[in-house]
Amino acid sequence: MGIQGMELFAIAVVIILFMAVLKQFGIFEPMSSFEESSDSDLELSTVRHQPEGLDQLQLQTKFTRKELQSLYRGFKNECPSGMVDEETFKTIYSQFFPQGDATTYAHFLFNAFDMDRNGSIRFEDFVIGLSVLLRGSVTEKLNWAFNLYDINKDGYVTKEEMLAIMTSIYDMMGRYTYPCVRDEAPSEHVDKFFQKMDKNRDGVVTIEEFIETCQKDENIMNSMQLFENVI
Amino acid sequence: MAAGVAAWLPFARAAAIGWMPVANLPMPVAPAGKNKRQDEMIILNVSGRRFETWRNTLDRYPDTLLGSSEKEFFYNEETKEYFFDRDPDVFRSVLNFYRTGKLHYPRYECISSYDEELAFFGIISEIIGDCCYEEYKDRKRENAERLMDDQEDNKDAKPPNMTCRETMWRAFENPHTSTMALVFYYVTGFFIAVSVITNVVETVPCGTSPNQKEVPCGERYTVAFFCMDTACVMIFTVEYLMRLFAAPSRYRFMRSVMSIIDVVAILPYYIGLVMTDNEDVSGAFVTLRVFRVFRIFKFSRHSQGLRILGYTLKSCASELGFLLFSLTMAIIIFATVMFYAEKGSSSSKFTSIPASFWYTIVTMTTLGYGDMVPKTIAGKIFGSICSLSGVLVIALPVPVIVSNFSRIYHQNQRADKRRAQKMQKARLARIRISKQGTSNAFLHSKRNGLFSEAPEFTQLPYKMNLSEQSSTEEDQRLNKSTSLLESQHHHLLHCLEKTTNHEFVDQQYYQQSYLEAGLQNYPSRSPSLSSRDGVSGTCCTRRSKKQHAPLQNASGPAHMQPLTQVHAHPRGLQELSTIHIQPLSTSRSSLNMRVDEPASLNCQSSQITTAIISIPTPPVTTSDGDAHLRAGPAHQNVVKVSAL
Repeated sequence: MGIQGMELFAIAVVIILFMAVLKQFGIFEPMSSFEESSDSDLELSTVRHQPEGLDQLQLQTKFTRKELQSLYRGFKNECPSGMVDEETFKTIYSQFFPQGDATTYAHFLFNAFDMDRNGSIRFEDFVIGLSVLLRGSVTEKLNWAFNLYDINKDGYVTKEEMLAIMTSIYDMMGRYTYPCVRDEAPSEHVDKFFQKMDKNRDGVVTIEEFIETCQKDENIMNSMQLFENVI
Repeated sequence: MAAGVAAWLPFARAAAIGWMPVANLPMPVAPAGKNKRQDEMIILNVSGRRFETWRNTLDRYPDTLLGSSEKEFFYNEETKEYFFDRDPDVFRSVLNFYRTGKLHYPRYECISSYDEELAFFGIISEIIGDCCYEEYKDRKRENAERLMDDQEDNKDAKPPNMTCRETMWRAFENPHTSTMALVFYYVTGFFIAVSVITNVVETVPCGTSPNQKEVPCGERYTVAFFCMDTACVMIFTVEYLMRLFAAPSRYRFMRSVMSIIDVVAILPYYIGLVMTDNEDVSGAFVTLRVFRVFRIFKFSRHSQGLRILGYTLKSCASELGFLLFSLTMAIIIFATVMFYAEKGSSSSKFTSIPASFWYTIVTMTTLGYGDMVPKTIAGKIFGSICSLSGVLVIALPVPVIVSNFSRIYHQNQRADKRRAQKMQKARLARIRISKQGTSNAFLHSKRNGLFSEAPEFTQLPYKMNLSEQSSTEEDQRLNKSTSLLESQHHHLLHCLEKTTNHEFVDQQYYQQSYLEAGLQNYPSRSPSLSSRDGVSGTCCTRRSKKQHAPLQNASGPAHMQPLTQVHAHPRGLQELSTIHIQPLSTSRSSLNMRVDEPASLNCQSSQITTAIISIPTPPVTTSDGDAHLRAGPAHQNVVKVSAL
């Protein structure tokens, strides 16, 4: 009699087992061997960045030698590779604001510090930025703030840019605030800001308008001095 | 706040300049960084080995010994170093914790010495990094078990003044405590053996009798066996009753396994006495005799190994269950296959699938009786696959059982797996609580009014001497309860509040005010009205005293407030005896007072239960104790208002 159903099945099973045994011996290789070649590429180990010498940094910034040393120690502790990428930066900055979401504002900050726009902050960028913020003149600080607000760095701060910044600041507050942050709060704040700053009502704020208005506002001038002795 | 990011705090504060042009309100004064020393080296002399580190490194964890002022107790004036008379090897791990933020547990260290060092330096062991935590917990559990064993061994010391009952119980449980107990122990053991042998011998055919059939001894010498059985059962009954009498908790004793075995061992005899020699029940009677064999389990009181075997099987229940399950699956599969394979052949013994079960079991356990054998080719192929896989399926769980047995045998005890899971949850909960401290710490400081004062000071130049006058008192409190780092962090958060003109609150308060905002639409329940009659009881019990204060009418749901006059609040750090909602005032002082939820909230909605406001922190060292104590009762009141 011919081969019946079960026998067919039995023969199929035997063939499968045979193939399994051959695979074990490496004689019979399946087609999927090409996918494994990618594993052999080692990822490039993270590049280590060495900062410029202490003397050069002293020339470029207004920190003393000791201050630079202590700043570098803190920096290197957190980022042994010498460079901070955006994700790490966001993580670090978010730890200061546990209640809200600081990632958007951290993104803007990152762009403000990363002057050569290469996606990572080196120690030089870090320390030069800090030097402006802590030891710079009021004009320099205002310049820095304007640079922060000007997201596309075109010299004008538009309402959209300001709204983005404002929303990110309000995001840092989180949900549990008193009074509750309403959705219109950032845009109202932006409107107030523009009312104050935009003298010629052209819908954008230029650097001159900005500096001029701030210099006339006592509150702002005083608060600029607030962090003089942070280091 | 994590150690590493403490280094970035100056950066975060500097970046806050970005908020300044946007803010509408003046910013608060920065905390005094007085005695702003240059970062200096500290020398820690631990039993002669000198460790040097920066002061900032140690300051990262202000609630530990080295990070707080507690280390001043160890300062040696002549050598200008801090001397600790402790183990320098373990100190390496402790110091590395400050440097890297992660605590590691070195494997070669003894667990109890490590624990002592951690306790001395004020570090909680939950902070041990994930890389070392499992090892730490395992060692700790082993150690605890070993200690428990030691304690059990010391039970032999006889406490005086034991009642007769307690003496008897001790005698039963520990036979080597007295001679009588030992005698009793051996006697019962002997009788158990006699009883078991009797049962066995009873069924042996004892020589031929005049009839053709061979008769078992039990039927030949009925009287003798009956007397033997009676004697054994007497002894067992007496023993059981004595144990029952002596047991400290009779109910628990009756539920224990050993007593059930005892009962099962003696019951058939009594049932047999009661039952008459009736034809109907003789089948059942025979069955009962089978239970007599359970007497052999009474030996487990006499044998440690037997007990351990029992424990092993109980603890390997999951592995055994898995074995059983996989075997069942395999049996069903192969039986089905064999049945259909053999269906074609004539005179096949594989008459049904259940009939094939027998073949499958015999083959998989490699018994191979040969009473059922496949005849077709397909059947033989599948049969061989069946026997090969049987070996595998059985061989896999067995080593697990074996290793379990050996471990139990050596340790003689086994921690409950479920307890370990509970401890993992508890550990995570503890870490979470201590981390919540950061986000809640800011809110606490606000409520305690530890900030230096009102924003009018921002109008003046930032010479610190001015704030020093008002804040010397505050500073002391500041130093006691928050470190400089924390106060700077809180100042940063405060600046953010001022920039956006909103305040941080905790979750519970937010829900309260949210509910209140919803309820303010009902004019009859305006907060002002209800706060006045708030003294009268509501359905929710109030435990705090009430204080009335002028309350502005809320004209609508909460919205952004215009800048109001800042008035220095007369009471600086007052007790928080009320909760008081002032919807319009933005003065920071108003934070200190909250109004009781008006009667508008019914019981259901104020299930905003006991707060998360409470425990702010990680281990409180003695230096922080005062401030926390003071904060404690204040918080209690805050909490209790909303509790049902």
